[in-house]
Amino acid sequence: MNRTRSLFTALAAVLLGLVAGAIFMALTGADPFKGYSFLFRGGLMNLERIGNTLASATTLVLTGLSVAFAFRTGLFSIGAAGQMLIGGLVATALGLSLELSKPLMLFVMLLGAALGGALWASIPGYLKAKFNVHEVVSTIMMNWLAYWVVYYSIPAYFKGTFLETESRRIPEYASLRVDWLSDLFKGSYINLGLILAIGATAIIALILNRTTLGYELKAVGFNRHAAEYAGIDVSRNIIMALGISGALAGLAGATFYAGYSVNMQIGVLPAAGLDGIAVALLGANSPWGVFASAVFFGILHSGKGFMNAMTDIPPEIGDTIIATIIYFAATSVLFVRFYDFLRRKFKKEA
Amino acid sequence: METIFSVFPYAIAYTMPLLAAALGGLYCERSGVVNIGLEGLMVVGSFTSAMVISGLQASMGPSALWVGLAAAMVIGAAFSLLHAVASINLKANQVISGTAINMIAGALTVFLARNITGSGNVRITMGFIQRDIPLLSDIPVLGPLFFSKTYATTWLVLALVAISWVVIYKTPFGLRLRACGEHPQTADAAGISVYRMRYIAVMISGALAGLAGAVILVTYSSEFNGSVSGLGFLALAALIFGQWKPAGILGSTFFFGIAATVANVSQVIPAFSRIPGLLLKAFPYVVTLAALVLFSKSSQAPRAAGEPFDQGKR
Repeated sequence: MNRTRSLFTALAAVLLGLVAGAIFMALTGADPFKGYSFLFRGGLMNLERIGNTLASATTLVLTGLSVAFAFRTGLFSIGAAGQMLIGGLVATALGLSLELSKPLMLFVMLLGAALGGALWASIPGYLKAKFNVHEVVSTIMMNWLAYWVVYYSIPAYFKGTFLETESRRIPEYASLRVDWLSDLFKGSYINLGLILAIGATAIIALILNRTTLGYELKAVGFNRHAAEYAGIDVSRNIIMALGISGALAGLAGATFYAGYSVNMQIGVLPAAGLDGIAVALLGANSPWGVFASAVFFGILHSGKGFMNAMTDIPPEIGDTIIATIIYFAATSVLFVRFYDFLRRKFKKEA
Repeated sequence: METIFSVFPYAIAYTMPLLAAALGGLYCERSGVVNIGLEGLMVVGSFTSAMVISGLQASMGPSALWVGLAAAMVIGAAFSLLHAVASINLKANQVISGTAINMIAGALTVFLARNITGSGNVRITMGFIQRDIPLLSDIPVLGPLFFSKTYATTWLVLALVAISWVVIYKTPFGLRLRACGEHPQTADAAGISVYRMRYIAVMISGALAGLAGAVILVTYSSEFNGSVSGLGFLALAALIFGQWKPAGILGSTFFFGIAATVANVSQVIPAFSRIPGLLLKAFPYVVTLAALVLFSKSSQAPRAAGEPFDQGKR
């Protein structure tokens, strides 16, 4: 699929998703125009809100890249949520146990989170490569394992001062939030994770488009058997792809639990994990497409609270719109046919 | 022995929704369509039955429960049409379409519930009552294990499994269904409408997953809260574990039911309270992974599962 065509299908899916959202609002007796104006104002109306939008987008960029990277190798990973939890747990554990200068501390935490996520994801990768275990089911099992690991280890080792169900607060020298960024965006949740996300997008684009590794990974994704015949080590590439995908999700966990948030809660699978699938799909699995769609979903995420406060519309409309967009992105063959029809028509006239 | 007798009814109650959902997945995958959306369809079923029962319980009494179950099956089947259109007509990636179903169901039901109740949760004030089966419950050992404190829905789900075995292996419909999942081009050449068979199968899976969600509500949960906590995905694992066979999934879901119940009640049973909680909670998932390793090499998966039907392909 060429670039204009995927942009066209993405925009068509977004438009239809927004229309569906308007219909749901109207059906429940709310005014869609008012709803959308508050939704977008809530995400964009001042520097603080833009900062919050970018902070939400940070996590989504990384989980979106994680899903997209695995997808390019032909693997459908649903494991971003669990890898995020493990990455967040490693980062939180390091942040609460070590005492280092801030730059060194953050480097160690991010490295640990990436390794933790990579390790967690390489288990389904190994099972897929060696035993042909379907990655969809195995990554879901790994999500629940991560959920229970966090559920038991946070209260046991890093119990919060007041609540059993959360960790202690991350100290200032271990937080990804920095004064100059917070001041610039008037005290929002924005943090250094954003720079990390931009860097990761560029690096993943580089790996996919300009390296032998990226070429081999994509070859395995297009046709596993042909790649094998051409002498590519398929097993190694599968484990590698899921490992890198897990590292990205692990980093997402670090930015979420030690940047967006200040501690770790137990008993929750982070929604950004599943939303990563949505982000990757809408971004057509291309790194900068992922970045753009993460920012768009970031607006919906940070705007829905404001909309809920100003109108009677429940905040779940944001998630409903995202889910509908994904459904339309999945059925994009309709738009592709429509796009080809339009192009043929214009060619004839020209 | 006493503890086993007291835990067993809970294990069976936990098994039944899992079994109903896995049975739905079985129809769907046997016809060649992978349905990751079971989880979402269960949420839809749970929501529908909660709305219907909470609306009717004052005027109709206990029969409202049966109306709720029926409504959950109808709406579940209707909702699954989204997956059918995407994966059969539009030849979309079935895993992505299923994921979209999960996301839409989770968000839309809570959105609607919040509009109606304000909190996003829907409570029902009654549920099915656990009953002892006369005579059978007096049999030593087997009586207390299988025939005491049973729900009516348990017998309904078991009956559906038995009927499904007959339908899938002993009727022309079942043969055609399996043919569509193994080699749709051959089935097509033999004059079977692959599209029609797959539509029917997806809708049956929607109805059974909807029933599964409703069974959770009317037996052990009694509150809709927008989630079925991963049971739909566990049902998929049980389907693989049970090798896409009705008797197989009966065994695998029952195994998950026992494992999960032991993990849940471990605190109150002295024999288990010394085992760390993490090990007990992780047990079902670790065993699933191990089972997948064992079964994936010699997998009996329907050949064409997950592939859109292309008439021109040979």
